[in-house]
Amino acid sequence: MRHDAPLAPAATRTTCPYCGVGCGVLATPDGRGGATIAGDAEHPANRGRLCSKGSALGETLGLGSRVLHPLKRNAEGTYDKVSWNEALDAVAAGLRAIMAEHGPEAIAFYLSGQLLTEDYYVANKLAKGFIGTPHVDTNSRLCMSSTVAAQRRVLGSDTVPGAYEDLDSADLIVLVGSNTAWCHPILFRRMQDNRRERGARVVVLDPRVTATAEDADMMLALKPGSDAALFAGLLVHLAGHGLIDRTYVARHVAGFDEVLANAREIAPDIASVSTLTGLAEEQITAFCELWASTPHVVTAWSQGVNQSAQGTDKVAAILNCHLATGRIGRPGCGPFSLTGQPNAMGGREVGGLANMLAAHMGYAPVEIDRVRRFWQAPNIARREGLKAVPMLQAAAEGSIRAIWVMATNPAVSLPDADRVRAALAGLDLFIVSENVLSNDTLAAKPHYILPAAAWGEKDGTVTNSERRISRQRAFLPLPAEAKPDWWIVCEVAKRLGFGEAFTYTGPHEIYAEHAALSAFENDGTRDFDIGAHAGLDRAAYDALKPAQWPVPSHLPQGTARLFGDGSFFGPGRRAQMRSLALPRLAATTSEAFPLLLNTGRVRDHWHTMTRTGLSPRLSAHIAEPSVYLHPADITRFGLDEGGFARLASAHGTAVLKIVADPGIAEGTAFAPIHWSGETASDARIGALTQPACDPYSGQPEMKATPVSVTAVAYRSEGFVLSREPFALPDQSWWARLAIQGGEGRLFATDAPVDAMAALMRERFGSDELTELIDRDGGGYRCAIIREGRLAAALFLAPAGQAPLWDTVKAAFADPAITVESRLALLSGRSLGGTDPGPTICACFGVGLNAIRAAFECGAATAEEIGLQLKAGTNCGSCLPEIRRIGAQTQARETA
Amino acid sequence: MAEPLIIVGNGMAATRLADELSQRALGRYSVAVIGDEPRLAYNRVLLSPLLAGEIGEREIELKPAAWWRGRGISTFYGRSVEAIDRSAQTVTLSDGLTLSYGKLVLATGSVPLRPPFPGSDLAGVATFRDTRDVGTMRAYAQRGARIVVIGGGLLGLEAAYGLSRAGGEVTLLHLVDRLMERQLDHEGAGLLAAAMAARGIDVRLNTETKGFRGQDHVEAVELADGTEIPVDLVVIAIGVRPNVGLARAAGLSTGRGILVDDGLATDDPAIFAIGECAEHRGLAYGLVEPAYEQARVLAARLTGREGAYQGSLLSTNLKVSGVGVFSAGEFEAGDGAETVVLRDPAGGIYRKFVLRDGRLAGCVLVGDTQGALFYLGLIRSGQDISAIRADLPFGESYCIGKAA
Repeated sequence: MRHDAPLAPAATRTTCPYCGVGCGVLATPDGRGGATIAGDAEHPANRGRLCSKGSALGETLGLGSRVLHPLKRNAEGTYDKVSWNEALDAVAAGLRAIMAEHGPEAIAFYLSGQLLTEDYYVANKLAKGFIGTPHVDTNSRLCMSSTVAAQRRVLGSDTVPGAYEDLDSADLIVLVGSNTAWCHPILFRRMQDNRRERGARVVVLDPRVTATAEDADMMLALKPGSDAALFAGLLVHLAGHGLIDRTYVARHVAGFDEVLANAREIAPDIASVSTLTGLAEEQITAFCELWASTPHVVTAWSQGVNQSAQGTDKVAAILNCHLATGRIGRPGCGPFSLTGQPNAMGGREVGGLANMLAAHMGYAPVEIDRVRRFWQAPNIARREGLKAVPMLQAAAEGSIRAIWVMATNPAVSLPDADRVRAALAGLDLFIVSENVLSNDTLAAKPHYILPAAAWGEKDGTVTNSERRISRQRAFLPLPAEAKPDWWIVCEVAKRLGFGEAFTYTGPHEIYAEHAALSAFENDGTRDFDIGAHAGLDRAAYDALKPAQWPVPSHLPQGTARLFGDGSFFGPGRRAQMRSLALPRLAATTSEAFPLLLNTGRVRDHWHTMTRTGLSPRLSAHIAEPSVYLHPADITRFGLDEGGFARLASAHGTAVLKIVADPGIAEGTAFAPIHWSGETASDARIGALTQPACDPYSGQPEMKATPVSVTAVAYRSEGFVLSREPFALPDQSWWARLAIQGGEGRLFATDAPVDAMAALMRERFGSDELTELIDRDGGGYRCAIIREGRLAAALFLAPAGQAPLWDTVKAAFADPAITVESRLALLSGRSLGGTDPGPTICACFGVGLNAIRAAFECGAATAEEIGLQLKAGTNCGSCLPEIRRIGAQTQARETA
Repeated sequence: MAEPLIIVGNGMAATRLADELSQRALGRYSVAVIGDEPRLAYNRVLLSPLLAGEIGEREIELKPAAWWRGRGISTFYGRSVEAIDRSAQTVTLSDGLTLSYGKLVLATGSVPLRPPFPGSDLAGVATFRDTRDVGTMRAYAQRGARIVVIGGGLLGLEAAYGLSRAGGEVTLLHLVDRLMERQLDHEGAGLLAAAMAARGIDVRLNTETKGFRGQDHVEAVELADGTEIPVDLVVIAIGVRPNVGLARAAGLSTGRGILVDDGLATDDPAIFAIGECAEHRGLAYGLVEPAYEQARVLAARLTGREGAYQGSLLSTNLKVSGVGVFSAGEFEAGDGAETVVLRDPAGGIYRKFVLRDGRLAGCVLVGDTQGALFYLGLIRSGQDISAIRADLPFGESYCIGKAA
């Protein structure tokens, strides 16, 4: 073995920035700003596995779309680069002015489950302890705030009782409102391993038959919003069959009798459950019997439960059943919230939600006082702040004058998103800490854009769905002037005169303080206690191994499960079962809005695609924003599969491609949430969703908005590939996606062929343009070939005959390829090597490649070529050339 | 005993007929071929590369001498037929020899047009028809002579290209505003002109020749606008006419060419005509493909089989290296026609398809003639091409399995 070989570059152990599974990732920088990505076999969440999104992280690391300098909006509405000092001074001055004129409560912070815990902590501390505003909320409001509310109401604390290991050892896994196969793929693989190896059964409850249902033992496609009715029915079934764990309930649970009475009102019998859920009675009975007879049952849920105006009750309905049977806090059973974001849990821990103060403490006077003392806070907030939806409504109405958005894109993701965008644009002071240079929130023109460190550059901790705190480590240098979010917050805090409380030299000091606060006057009274980490120094922090909280000082290895002893955090250390409101939707369909719009994720994209949208691989799976409809509804509303539809709600509209999906219930529609004004012309689903919120959690009902659907026709459809962004004619429909080497747009337009041809000429000139014009047939194709490489291409065909782009995309992607046959390129198809090559025999249309091949296969003379291919047997003008080809081929073979 | 069959002419049609006959019924006829050129039959299409020096003279021979011998064909080269005696069924050759025939096939080809320009008889004013012409032209070109080619049709383009390749300093004069105006639309012709220019040929359109000036030898070409082009050689390549003198003298019916029916028979049932000298249904073809088709039909009939010549769809193939040009059918979209155009200026490629009622009515291919025969087939068959409309420009392999 050679010893002078270069050492393999060191891999950095970090975590994936996407969903709440929190997979461990090994990132090995390539020295050119990128990195190779692998799963971390030592991380307990994923044991080395990664899903498609995680695997493609390396494709999202470029700096092309990044904001790298502080930017200040000028009078023209464009941006000037400014120094950090100027930006921070100005932000602080702006905040001070708002405070002076309107009071601190005119200032709000809108944070994100994409922030690291340390970033979150200092932002929350600055707002609630020093500026003195309670208005700190986060995009987790859209994600699992209903779970937070229900867990606090029922368990007495925002505690996920179980661990991922329970998914390995459960005998029954019930997935409620969760397309786990696409949204938490690594956990879904664990469940499938269990199913295969141990025979665990998987039941899916979802109005939509998703990919998850394909690998399930039972699929219950219930009516939207009826989940709680089914679980009320389950509770009634359990009681009716003597399956309540009376001893457990007597010892550890309050409110059982009222809750059972309430459940009996909602779901007195199977027939009434059937009416409410739309499920067949046999299905309901089968489900109830299976659940009742399987002690090791995990009921896991995601946004289908949470994103509801009754989300808190839905979660409570699930918790009620687990409490009534004592199936909680023990291996292989329990209720399990599958969190959407990588650090939603960390945000909850620091108090990033408007109804929390800090470290799982709320606004009880003793809690306010405790936090005030710990922080030595001069201006401690004393009441719950505004949650996301009302926060933006307050901004629209003028009581909130300043918002600082960090690491999220509310102009896309909040319900009624067009109004949100307008509200942001109307603020007196609008600050955004961001990674990217352009998104819909930035399009609302913040006064200051602060360049934040991105994944791979930032350094801190995150907490996943099973309460596991992991280090997310940097493996790339901070580019240009980008800074960690915590640094930006602390610099502003210093300029506001709070420097003494924000003197951190690194994230480890913030984490240590956060840990100390969690343990401060805790003594087992609060679930969240990571006191064992309160004294971590930089080295110990850097070496921190993934651990599940609580990690109190006496349990430094952490805690896999809580509540196994029946000791909850409610009054008397009991859990409190909760009665439910009658299950119903916030809004029902009407003649004007006859369909219910469901929303969600697709497999290979994340949120608003500012990262996954950079990956060609991830963009290939589902390339354009679509509405999925039952075939019968496609007929009923006079639509065409593959055509376009305009969806309209009382709040906004979108135009989407129509996909027929028999897994969508009649009367409902599904549209993915990912597309924004950046990535599509008219596919901001947030613009349609209603801002109706859950009374406890404030989480909006984003999965059941009444909408209308009408056909939209375009003259033609096509695609364009370009190295730089390409502007299509006004009124065109388009969806932009990353492809290797540039961007691609799928589009539909009414612009005539001549206009498209003119557009290409205007943009690229005509010298290097190869084109096919079928004006009467409505077809146009062109390719720009520069120095033998495809620089751009546009294909247009009559509507319904959208050209395929794979071959052209491949030619566009490969930096090594030179375009040999321009004509073949414009054909848009590869014939698998049957490209004939330049014509040799014009009479019989025989090309060079065929002749060469025939010689290679043993033909010795031009005459034999003639016998085989007819080449040269008519006018014979090509015979000399054929002989030459033969001689060349034979010479090559001899050589 | 074998019936004597005489073929007058020693070109491509004659050779193909001899070949077909020898394959179908060797021995049924005693075949004699009479040609006025003193050499083995050769491929006239290859005169242009021969002129260009791209190939040698041996390479243009259609069949070697042994082939003719091996099939028992009598060959009379360097002798023309002076007269036909239809009542005696004999032909008389220029050397006085008289041969009897049972069947007589006229394949006398065509002769170059030579308009009566003043000075046409000067030395150094040539036409481009046979190997002798090629020899003359090549001699001029090889010493870098200044050469004017008159005529921007197929023949003129091939001559100009060959001369230029051989070393000549070539100017191509054409009367109208575009090259090959009977086969090409404006854009296709423009691309061809550019390709010719790129090969060093000075192409002058809208240029009318008034005459030639010189003492004994041509010295300049005079143009209608008064300009003069100094010149060492003039090649007139404005077209050909069918060679019908012998037939006319024998009293056979002639128009532009020798009139033949669908069986290629003249009004004398023992006499046939094929190739460029024949006129069928009002058309005399100047191309090789109809000649071969006629030879096939005639060979079938002469050997007692069915066969009728239905005429050929006109298509044109220009074959000068690097600049393929193909044209067939309608090349300008008239009323009611639609066009599909593929252009690649950088690659020198232009393809135009004229569609009528969902059918291919014509096409022009410049730069790359891949697929020409496929398109010709589609034009001939008149089949509906709606289903392959988008793939049509890319050739047959892209249309397979999609055609209606």
